[in-house]
Amino acid sequence: MITVRIPTQLRSLTEGSAEVPAEGATLADVIDDLEVRYPGISQRLLSDGELRRFVNLYVDGEDARFLQGLETSVPAGAEVAIIPAVAGG
Amino acid sequence: MTDPNASVLLADPRSAVSGLRCRECGQSYEITAQHACEFCFGPLEVVYDLERVRETCSRAAIEAGPPSMWRYAPLLPVLSAERVDIGAGWTRLRQAPRLAAELGLHKLWIKSDAGNPTNSFKDRVVSVALSAARSFGYEVAACASTGNLANAVAAHAAAAGMESVVFIPADLEPAKIAATSVYGGTVVGIDGSYDDVNRLCAQLAGERPWAFVNMNLRPFYAEGSKTLAFEVAEQLGWRRPDAVVVPVASGSLLTKVAKGFRELDAVGLVPASESVAVHGAQAEGCSPVAAAFASGARDVQTVRAHTIAKSLAIGTPADGHYALEEVRSSGGAIAGVPEGDIEAGIRLLARTEGIFTETAGGVTVSALEQLVRQGAIAPDEETVVLITGIGLKTLDALGPVSPSTTVRPSLDAVERALEEVLR
Repeated sequence: MITVRIPTQLRSLTEGSAEVPAEGATLADVIDDLEVRYPGISQRLLSDGELRRFVNLYVDGEDARFLQGLETSVPAGAEVAIIPAVAGG
Repeated sequence: MTDPNASVLLADPRSAVSGLRCRECGQSYEITAQHACEFCFGPLEVVYDLERVRETCSRAAIEAGPPSMWRYAPLLPVLSAERVDIGAGWTRLRQAPRLAAELGLHKLWIKSDAGNPTNSFKDRVVSVALSAARSFGYEVAACASTGNLANAVAAHAAAAGMESVVFIPADLEPAKIAATSVYGGTVVGIDGSYDDVNRLCAQLAGERPWAFVNMNLRPFYAEGSKTLAFEVAEQLGWRRPDAVVVPVASGSLLTKVAKGFRELDAVGLVPASESVAVHGAQAEGCSPVAAAFASGARDVQTVRAHTIAKSLAIGTPADGHYALEEVRSSGGAIAGVPEGDIEAGIRLLARTEGIFTETAGGVTVSALEQLVRQGAIAPDEETVVLITGIGLKTLDALGPVSPSTTVRPSLDAVERALEEVLR
């Protein structure tokens, strides 16, 4: 099982949960699984099959854009974090 | 108390703020402490009734205002009478004839924000952000920072009687850590890069009832940067320069400076002339926006930051895409300067104009030199360079320092040594 951390912007879809379980071998699979559990979440994260510009995904703290993007494999027990982009500092 | 994260404010009736809007999808929002669109995660921006500002705001009214950035209050997100103001803004715009001559430019100006209360442009954004934070009822100010923002948040929070909790990469320059902790707030060093700090704070911002100035307060925070453009135009006699050179980290400053110049035109405070060519400056050790500009890419590819210009070390620039758009649409360019040129840029500005800037300023001056050399800025273009921070915070960049010579306290010894040194 994989744990997914949900940002406040998406908690209206997860009944307020900040952390939800999911299954999947890759990030794309995890998003598909989330869509089954929480319909509507996929289109909030993806646009034309690509990760939206202002959404960042992390697998165990590592930015998926440095890995294989949506094809990044997600090991069992991993934590996936969905985090909106923020301004700098 | 109620959770400020959830409160909705009505704008001050005297203000022209009408709400927030997603820059990506256009979705409208009420005035809340929220930075990302619930539908597409795009950044939310403050919306003004510019027609109303046009009717009510004049050059004379601004000139009669305070000698600070708050003279432009009609074009800032004023939410209530609460104002956290320790004197940010109205910094000097100085002509730079010796640097201009060295680079082959006819007219060059330096806008130096080293003169702000905590010696960087971040005082502008924090003054706006914490004023908004007080209006929402926050008691704790927080941020993710590469240093300068931490200084500004800690100082403004102290003066406002707020608590502060700032998060920084643990390997930051010692001066930037000292210039934060002295104000008495909490400083949390993260054993990682700024991008790691940013990610952690983005998660924390959803869990704590804190005013994270560059997260939940970001729509208000970012507006403070416009005042650099307002001041430049007023100090030039209510007109815009031909070109401006701006350092790029997250891309927010550049984007808002461009917006500021446009708004002045929209409200009739400057003549409708050709737009300002907006140029960007990055260091090669972290140049995702410069790389996208050079390759013609529409989007910015995330990089891992390895630059001595730590205040520009953002590998995932949230506003990089918009900075690219502003530069391209204005006819500007973005220079990526070699790491080795940063110190040279610091020394060039110091030697020619008597201004001691930090590494980000070294990047900006070197970028100016590169842009002129490549023809992106023509010799007859009146150019303004934004120097956003002070050199005393990044002394390491100059390497080991010592006097030119050290001698016994005797006149003979001094005379002999001077003969050597000045030969």
